[in-house]
Amino acid sequence: MDPYIEILNLSKHYGQIRAVDDLSMKVLPGDIYGFLGPNGSGKSTTIRMMLSLIRPTSGQILLFGQDLAKDRYKTLSRLGALVEKPDFYNYLSARKNLEILGKLSSISNLKHRVDEVLELVGLLPRASSTVRTYSLGMKQRLGIAQSLLHYPDLIILDEPTNGLDPQGQKEIRDLVKSLNQDKNITILISSHILFEIEQIANRMIIIDKGKALVEGNVQELVNSQDRQVAFILGDTVAGLTLLNETAWAGRIIKSNQERIYFKINKDEIPELNAFLVEHKMQIFAVEPVRSLEEFFLQITEDEKVS
Amino acid sequence: MRKLVSIELFKIFSKPRTYIGFGAIIIIVLAIEFGILLEGDTMMGIIIQNIKDRFIFEGNIINLYLVSYIILNTLWIHVPILVALVTGDMLAGEANSGTFRLILTRPISRVQLVLAKFIAGWIYAVMLVAVMAILSIGIGLVLFGPGDLLVVTNKVNVFSANDVLWRFGGAYAYGILSMTTVAALSFLLSAFADNSIGPIIGTVAMIIGITIISTVGASLLGPVNKYIFTSYLPSWQLFFQTDSGLSTMGHAILIQAIYITGFLGVTIWYFRKKDILS
Repeated sequence: MDPYIEILNLSKHYGQIRAVDDLSMKVLPGDIYGFLGPNGSGKSTTIRMMLSLIRPTSGQILLFGQDLAKDRYKTLSRLGALVEKPDFYNYLSARKNLEILGKLSSISNLKHRVDEVLELVGLLPRASSTVRTYSLGMKQRLGIAQSLLHYPDLIILDEPTNGLDPQGQKEIRDLVKSLNQDKNITILISSHILFEIEQIANRMIIIDKGKALVEGNVQELVNSQDRQVAFILGDTVAGLTLLNETAWAGRIIKSNQERIYFKINKDEIPELNAFLVEHKMQIFAVEPVRSLEEFFLQITEDEKVS
Repeated sequence: MRKLVSIELFKIFSKPRTYIGFGAIIIIVLAIEFGILLEGDTMMGIIIQNIKDRFIFEGNIINLYLVSYIILNTLWIHVPILVALVTGDMLAGEANSGTFRLILTRPISRVQLVLAKFIAGWIYAVMLVAVMAILSIGIGLVLFGPGDLLVVTNKVNVFSANDVLWRFGGAYAYGILSMTTVAALSFLLSAFADNSIGPIIGTVAMIIGITIISTVGASLLGPVNKYIFTSYLPSWQLFFQTDSGLSTMGHAILIQAIYITGFLGVTIWYFRKKDILS
């Protein structure tokens, strides 16, 4: 089966600035594909090119096996998208907004479909309210609703949890998972938060400065890297004294009054935990500490070495 | 295409700013009509004071046609602003609100979208002129009744009541053409901008600026003046001339048609390849 998205050597230059630089990637049917990169890494520019909002400087975009540049109508009719902020006609109700967009996609039985997607994202009770009265979280959900209107096979969500509180972020993640599992929709989701992608995606690409750093299975990629873990012990000083007499000392990155930070791989975590328990240390918590920057640094270091 | 136009019309008429235009026209027409009703005799005295010794005026001089003619003169200053208020917002407003990201990711062509927006904007302009015509003639009929039309410019033209309606019809139709040129200009500026203030002010400033330059510097610009579109915006007045006026109408229509096509063509060319970054 053709990849739903296949990007080949895609570039976008603004004068001397290379927003996207020779990027290639593939999204397969059934994927929740994480598109990860720091702010300004070229994610949104790439997504806009996929949606024909921006013209590439060079390269090719194939959607559902068709060249986007040659067959825009056919490809876009199978694709839904929420690009960056969820902007709507604020002076219209959610229902009217969706009806306008539905008409543009020539959806039959539109009123029923609008109610269906509003129900799916939990906005049916507020369907008649003007969008200007919506919170950001509601707008994000409405954004997802509009992307689903025309029964797409693939939806592209550009940072859909931006600006949401943790509860809102979780709701969006749950919604994305259920769309993929229950509705069989392939999803490309961009984010600058590694944790978020780790929670929902099965495959991912990491880009920086418009270039692909790594692409592959999320769990394999994440687990192949050493991770930082913080242990919160009942007595940090005693714990440090104990550890400094062992080989674990070499794995300590830093410590403070509350936490001792280690750089260890996934399999070593229970080992270290067992060691501390054996020596009667009280363990209050084990916290993963992994920012995207640290993950990037590791990957770029690995790239340099290889 | 019809579907796109109806969507654009729905959007236009869902925005409060759209009704500013209609509201302004209603207020101005009412103000002028009632003003003339109260002070019309004084006003007429001033207008004909230089000729009243040489002519004998009989009948209802201050009638619905004269009032409508005065309103026509007054409102061609305002209507371009009201047209630009809506058409200048049609592309720039979508860019500003970020909604291009919603509509241009649907399977529609950019060319069709631009044409649909332009047609919807044009329909709005036609409606403005129509409201102006219906109000000024309708209220004028009730307040003043019909009569012969006296037009005083650098000469005096008198049109009998049964020779006037077609002239008004022509003037309003030509007015629609002029407003289409204004709409096309503001639409063009709207394609280049990401907020609607620039195109609206830009359109009005260009029309006023070019008109001043071409009027004050008419001798300097010489034959170029014949090809500047602003020279032809008030050419509806040709319908109220008795001599060679109408013979130059064809040239005026041609120039305006060329500008409309040019403005719209550049808009389509630019918008087709525009990167949507908002």
